[in-house]
Amino acid sequence: MSVETPMKYDDALARFEPVLGIETHIELGTVSKMFCGCKTGFGAEPNTQVCPVCLGLPGTLPVTNRAAIEGIIKIGLALNCDIVEWCRFARKNYFYPDMPKNYQISQYDEPLCVDGHLDVEVDGETYRIEIERVHMEEDTGKSLHVGGETGRIHGADYSLVDYNRAGIPLVEIVTKPITATGERAPLVARAYAGELRDLVRSLGVSDVKMEQGSMRCDVNVSLMPRGADEWGTRTETKNVNSLRSVERSVRSEIERQAGVLAAGGRITQETRHFQEATGTTTSGRSKEEAQDYRYFPEPDLIPMAPAREWVEELRATLPELPAARRRRVQGEWGLTDLELRDVVNAGALDLIEDTITAGADAGSARKWWMNELSRRATEQSVELADLPITPAQVARVQQMVDAKELNDKLARKVFEGVLAGEGGPDEVVAARGLKVVSDTGALEAIIDQVIADNADAADKVRSGKVAAVGALVGAVMKASRGQADAAGARELLLKKLDQA
Amino acid sequence: MSAITRAEVAHLARLSRLALGEDELDHLAAQLDQIISAVARVQEVAAEDIPPTSHALPLTNVYRADENRPSLTPEQALDAAPAAEQQRFRVPRILDEEA
Repeated sequence: MSVETPMKYDDALARFEPVLGIETHIELGTVSKMFCGCKTGFGAEPNTQVCPVCLGLPGTLPVTNRAAIEGIIKIGLALNCDIVEWCRFARKNYFYPDMPKNYQISQYDEPLCVDGHLDVEVDGETYRIEIERVHMEEDTGKSLHVGGETGRIHGADYSLVDYNRAGIPLVEIVTKPITATGERAPLVARAYAGELRDLVRSLGVSDVKMEQGSMRCDVNVSLMPRGADEWGTRTETKNVNSLRSVERSVRSEIERQAGVLAAGGRITQETRHFQEATGTTTSGRSKEEAQDYRYFPEPDLIPMAPAREWVEELRATLPELPAARRRRVQGEWGLTDLELRDVVNAGALDLIEDTITAGADAGSARKWWMNELSRRATEQSVELADLPITPAQVARVQQMVDAKELNDKLARKVFEGVLAGEGGPDEVVAARGLKVVSDTGALEAIIDQVIADNADAADKVRSGKVAAVGALVGAVMKASRGQADAAGARELLLKKLDQA
Repeated sequence: MSAITRAEVAHLARLSRLALGEDELDHLAAQLDQIISAVARVQEVAAEDIPPTSHALPLTNVYRADENRPSLTPEQALDAAPAAEQQRFRVPRILDEEA
């Protein structure tokens, strides 16, 4: 293998214009497989969700899962695609043991959904990603490679195959070439994958968990010299399984290809693999022999001709899609573009909306999730949504703040308790004795003591320097261990010092 | 002109993982050529308005409900496998060492 020296990103972009193409595979969340009744759950014991159909045993016939077809049509509609009036499945023939039939049922020249688009936003600018096609196929089995270099297929002594995943409905979404993204190419790729994930999740047809492989991206990258109009040779980085990796793989592939081209080399059209550890791609199967899958129409399945009425019925079931929802909440919550972006990036949109539904006002709901709880999530290195606190609990805390039973400082202690597993907000309040001192007698006693202890400050206030009351309020809060209501304490102090 | 060349037959054999000797290639290429030529005569009668047939039944849209049916047990599934290990199908090495 030749030694490659990647070019610095900025230099690469100064000389070359990247062209991207992204193929995304999404497993649908149906209860049964695409062509048989086997279960589809993730993480089952090997070969416990297989039957004669998905094992490709002789004499079996596949029958199409209606829910899977509804799922892909919903995805197609949400991506603004046309749903074709007639199409067929095709056999993709290949010899590789991840499919026991020696072929995968897929679609070839007659995809179910065509010509769509998805708008994504990067740094406030909108990029329209054109969708070439969305087609239906079945997932393959999982192989474990034994011997040789750790778990790699090359040089393995033999492989062990689990067919639980074989036959799970799989939707493939293929973009048209994505051009004119310049230095933002990695961010556009990431934004597309993220927007697609959110879109499919909103449809409820897949759990789109990249870390579990129910959504995976193949990222094609090529470079052409700036000013040229002919695209370069592309490489395809397979099965990229996080948004961050999508971004990093594009970036590193731009740097690598630029290095090769600048040194007078040629890009080999090949599959590559993204290495999480180094953030770079390595060469996989070379396509020296062009793929020849000998596609032909699947004779075991009859054509699909989705009736227009059915398509319109499905269109009517589409929920509010993420882009429309973002516009709505931005208006309802009164957010700036930047604030909205922060909320989206923090994964807080659902949480805040659910908190509002549970009774909190928009400002407070956003404040708690974006400040206090985001901070704690970062401290614990977990996603906001994975914190052990529910939107209803956050709303309850805010309810107590509104009722002046808690102040913000005490509320934070309640969150601390809930996150520490001490129970719900009411239990934490009771167990830790976290209540604003609303007993006027007790508060007055504290205030009298504070005035006595801080005669200088008290005199200043008496002589009209009202600003000096701040120090006294602080002292009251300290003396009450944070449990006094600051505004109430201030009022009482001013009254006692003849300034009210 | 032949309908299929010897080189194409060799290529197809390779894709189908069939190890054919030189004699067999000569033999099969000639036979396949005859078969394809015979079948190709259908095209002489196929008019523009007759779409190619991929299925014998005039049906569309046959779907099943999304319901589970019993699967095999792993023992049943692996029963006919030439080799099994860790409750998985054991298959020979897939790719050779990287060149």
